[in-house]
Amino acid sequence: MLAAVSLSDSLSKRVASADQPLGPANTLWRDAFRRLLRHRLAMFGALVLLVVVAMGVFGPAITPYDPNGMDFSDRFANPSLEHWMGTDDFGRDIFSRIIVGARVSLQVGFIAVSVATVVGTGLGLMAGYSTRITDEVIMRAMDVLYAFPAILLAIAIMAALGKGIGNAMIAIGIVYIPIFARIARGAVLGIRNEEFIIAAKAMGAGDIRILLTHVLPNVLSPIIVEITLSLAFAILAEAALSFFGLGTQPPDPSWGRMLSEGRAFFRQSGWMGVFPGLAIFFTVMGFNFLGDGLRDALDPKLRR
Amino acid sequence: MNYQYVIQRLLLALVVVLGITFVVFMIMQIVPGDPARVILGPYASDEAVAGLRGRLGLDRPFFEQYFTWLSKAVRGDFGQSLLNSQDIAPQLQGRIGPSFELAMVSLVIGLVIAFPIGIISALKPGSAIDIIATIFSQIGVSVPTFWMGIVLVIVFSLNLNLLPPSGYTPIGEDAGDWLAHIILPAFTAGFVSASIQTRFIRSAMLDVLNANYVQTARAKGLPERTVITRHALRNALINIVTIIGLQITALFSGIVIVEVVFSWPGLGRLAFNAVEERDYPLLQGAVMVVAIMVTLVNLFVDLLYFLLDPRIEYA
Repeated sequence: MLAAVSLSDSLSKRVASADQPLGPANTLWRDAFRRLLRHRLAMFGALVLLVVVAMGVFGPAITPYDPNGMDFSDRFANPSLEHWMGTDDFGRDIFSRIIVGARVSLQVGFIAVSVATVVGTGLGLMAGYSTRITDEVIMRAMDVLYAFPAILLAIAIMAALGKGIGNAMIAIGIVYIPIFARIARGAVLGIRNEEFIIAAKAMGAGDIRILLTHVLPNVLSPIIVEITLSLAFAILAEAALSFFGLGTQPPDPSWGRMLSEGRAFFRQSGWMGVFPGLAIFFTVMGFNFLGDGLRDALDPKLRR
Repeated sequence: MNYQYVIQRLLLALVVVLGITFVVFMIMQIVPGDPARVILGPYASDEAVAGLRGRLGLDRPFFEQYFTWLSKAVRGDFGQSLLNSQDIAPQLQGRIGPSFELAMVSLVIGLVIAFPIGIISALKPGSAIDIIATIFSQIGVSVPTFWMGIVLVIVFSLNLNLLPPSGYTPIGEDAGDWLAHIILPAFTAGFVSASIQTRFIRSAMLDVLNANYVQTARAKGLPERTVITRHALRNALINIVTIIGLQITALFSGIVIVEVVFSWPGLGRLAFNAVEERDYPLLQGAVMVVAIMVTLVNLFVDLLYFLLDPRIEYA
């Protein structure tokens, strides 16, 4: 059964590379999607993310209260029917702030990971496909970036660029470039001597054309998996930066900021720190579950 | 023995360290506008800004600045802190010990948790223990380090009054007090690293358990215990050591956060304070020392790997 699956996969991989659009004829992606739908943890992750994305998209339109509206007569309220998650030190509704905070987390996550994916994958493709010297230069530069602990490098970049959410996206994006470069390069090295690449070269296709139409589609699956898992890390990183006061600036809510505000008041009300922490935890877990499921679905040979 | 591998690995480490110095130097170069103006704030006089520019060497050409800075740094001269005008090198020196202690204790806690869980779940894939272990590691990877730190402080310091919520005592002064202070921060960082390591140990062990030589050992009629400890685990260890090496960078990332949350006087907290005070030379020094520390630990692990498995060649 397993042999049959991988045989049909390797066949469809070749079909996919023959310049065909990803249509119904392409069974690699359809098979993978079916396997993903059967993956229970991945579906649980996807469900959690659906809720978070809905919060991010509809944001201020669906909050029960104004997320920045203060009510000093109702500070540090415990969770109740009126305020589902209680109120904070300014009497602001925590549930409303959590909903609006989802947008910040997702925005930073998506933009940071997009930066990392585009730059990292581009560098990795170049390194894997070009001459030895280019490869060495790019990959040693990646080794250097990779030597810095992620949060520390992000903090250092933020220190130079200045506080704020836009710079947090850039900083987190830069930090994750080497991971994508390594994955893309590894995948290219695995296929650069396959017949279909040699055939494309023989037919006179240029390097950029070969990279974009023949190499890239074949290295997509490890990159898709990495994008999902990196989103989890990026959201954690944004929360950490905001927790340290470097990311989102007041009064705008972000989960990391809410946590650090909650930390100052946990003697008065533990709830202020509990709910933002849970929001981060569930979102990150959603991306992790989905990423693992994607890995299993896209690479059945790794399945156990 | 393949000494070429050792030499190549040492050269690579040297290149990486040199690259680290360049990246660290670039921190001040990417400050938008005039770094001296940013450091002193909008109300500083033009003379003061010009004075600081001269002190930091910002009025020189780029490469001259870099090489002057590098040649001083190599000799252990990281300049003076902008805040208290004291030499940076001794400040960094005092922080290396606490950071290193925290990293090592976290690593040990991580491995003590991850090893038994990873091996047991590899021995019985699909069992209840395996599923619980998988969920445990997923939770561990998803918990924000700083949140977990705060929750542990609330439970063990404020409510149960068992452990101090923050601070540090040197191990030479009072070992018991040192231990009491290090438990919570080390567990916080160690728990996250344990959950990642559990998965790697499980899959390294699974790979080996399916290998032909393990089948042979079983076919010879060796007791299962011997098969696992003498044949499987020994070979799985090679992969596990590599993974620990790769984990070192991630571990230090967690340590930076933990140091801030627990007021641990390490390099991470020093770097964080330097950011708050816009003390760029101090920040540069702290970031550089951490990155070089990580590189040296990685180098050590790679050389250890070489000793464990002489077949390895430089890829």
